[in-house]
Amino acid sequence: MSLLQIKNMDVSIGQYSVLHEVTFDVPEGGVFVLLGRNGAGKTTTLRSIMGLWDRPIGSVTFRGEDISALHTSDIAKKGIAFVPENMGIFGGLTVAENMVLATTSGKFDQTRLTRVYELFPALEQFWDKQAWSLSGGQKQMLAVARAIIEPRDLILIDEPTKGLAPSIISAMGESFREISETTTILLVEQNFAFAKSLGRDMAVLDDGKVVHTGSMADFAADTALQDRLLSLSMEAS
Amino acid sequence: MNIVERFGGVFLLPVAIAIIAFVLIGAPSSWLTLTVAGLAMGMMLFLMASGLSLVFGLMDVLNFGHSAFVSFGAFVAASVLAYFGGWLGSDSIVLNIMALVFAISAAIVFGAALGWFFERVIIKPVYSDHLRQILITMGALIVAEQLILATWGGTPTNVPRPQFLEGTIIVGGSSLEVYRLFAFVVGALVYAGLYLLLNKTRMGLLIRAGVENREMVEALGFRIDRLFIGVFMLGSGLAAMGGAMWAGYETLITPALGAEMMVIVFIVVIIGGLGSIQGTLLGAIMVALMQNYVGYLSPKLALASNMLLMMAILLWRPYGLAPAVK
Repeated sequence: MSLLQIKNMDVSIGQYSVLHEVTFDVPEGGVFVLLGRNGAGKTTTLRSIMGLWDRPIGSVTFRGEDISALHTSDIAKKGIAFVPENMGIFGGLTVAENMVLATTSGKFDQTRLTRVYELFPALEQFWDKQAWSLSGGQKQMLAVARAIIEPRDLILIDEPTKGLAPSIISAMGESFREISETTTILLVEQNFAFAKSLGRDMAVLDDGKVVHTGSMADFAADTALQDRLLSLSMEAS
Repeated sequence: MNIVERFGGVFLLPVAIAIIAFVLIGAPSSWLTLTVAGLAMGMMLFLMASGLSLVFGLMDVLNFGHSAFVSFGAFVAASVLAYFGGWLGSDSIVLNIMALVFAISAAIVFGAALGWFFERVIIKPVYSDHLRQILITMGALIVAEQLILATWGGTPTNVPRPQFLEGTIIVGGSSLEVYRLFAFVVGALVYAGLYLLLNKTRMGLLIRAGVENREMVEALGFRIDRLFIGVFMLGSGLAAMGGAMWAGYETLITPALGAEMMVIVFIVVIIGGLGSIQGTLLGAIMVALMQNYVGYLSPKLALASNMLLMMAILLWRPYGLAPAVK
């Protein structure tokens, strides 16, 4: 059974219709990648799953339960974490305070905290620093660390590599691979090389519609399809 | 970090204003009297403005009706103090304090309850619509003013003070009003309480996070709308408390009090920066010191001086001196 099922989801923002009958299934485990050109509706899809727009038409089913009518906070409590494109870091709070907010009880599970430190050593070093003083890569690490400090079933991550240096992207990829061994990741990404290295299954959005779904291995092998759907066969090679 | 930032940065500005005023005024005793008056007034302005700053920062609500809570707080406190008139004139300090505690508590409870009603009925339908917020909250301020007029009448209301807060004490040749010292101590205690609430509790952490990014707080599993109501009631209660303290300071109040305080309260919030109680305290102290010093040196320029101060600070720091979000 799929972990997350999106069926015929239509989303309008103001007078603009942004998503049209979006349908795809995210299986449990591994990384599912949502690809598409700029403005295709990838971010809107993640935000709609998280309940950050008005209730979408269609259904969003998580572990067999329709969550499309739930409040964002209740969706989060179901075990879905969100790492937005702007990272959603609270700059005026310390790294520690940012992390505390992501816990339900206000206390850390030491085993998970140790795992976070192992994945992102910089966070331990800057634990008491205000988050605005972190570099872009460190902020992204904090955003992901917040998502894994408690057990979650699904993490929605929106363009985590945007604006980051290649060495940090590589380290981030390693972290995601490790996280995906225990937690499913739904990743929105424009960096196809990064997406290809992580993704097991994928879907492509274009102009608010799902135009392709399948395995990442098959899609990565079909440069003609990439060229048609994403115009990025040159980058993919 | 340069040396100015190491020793307090923008928080040194009130000290700088006080030093400049010391040189201009010349007479140390007058300067001390004006400084204490400024600090006391600053603390009362802080009480009135802190809630507005948090509401503005957390909820993105432009509440031009905020000073209605100040007015109601002042009039409710005046009525309670008048009711306990016998206790106020008593030689027993216990009865004096009890009358004062009842008056301030009544103002806070009334302000918080009014805040709850205000948020549910007037603010909630116009979230994320600034133009409608301005119009409806301005309208609410007018309605509040008329309600006060209908309840307490148009003639200025006398506010009796407890016996133990009357009089002055002489320090270094300066005459310092006891009530002003009391107002300063109360304001400082409230600031300390708010600081602890915001920095040492989980609720405070949520409020500070909500000021920066409401959506993300919800995505972490918290209901920000419930926090909104709590913060709104807290802010309204504090404004009413500020109104109660101000009533005792002025000893004569009119229904126009709210409208009169609105401009200065907004100046405080704009100077201090949104969503930060440290910024609000800084703004309140600067505005009050400026008003007292300039009122002494050049009385006609007292209000204009604060406008000029606000303009200068906005040109230097468009988001205020110490906003919550950097």
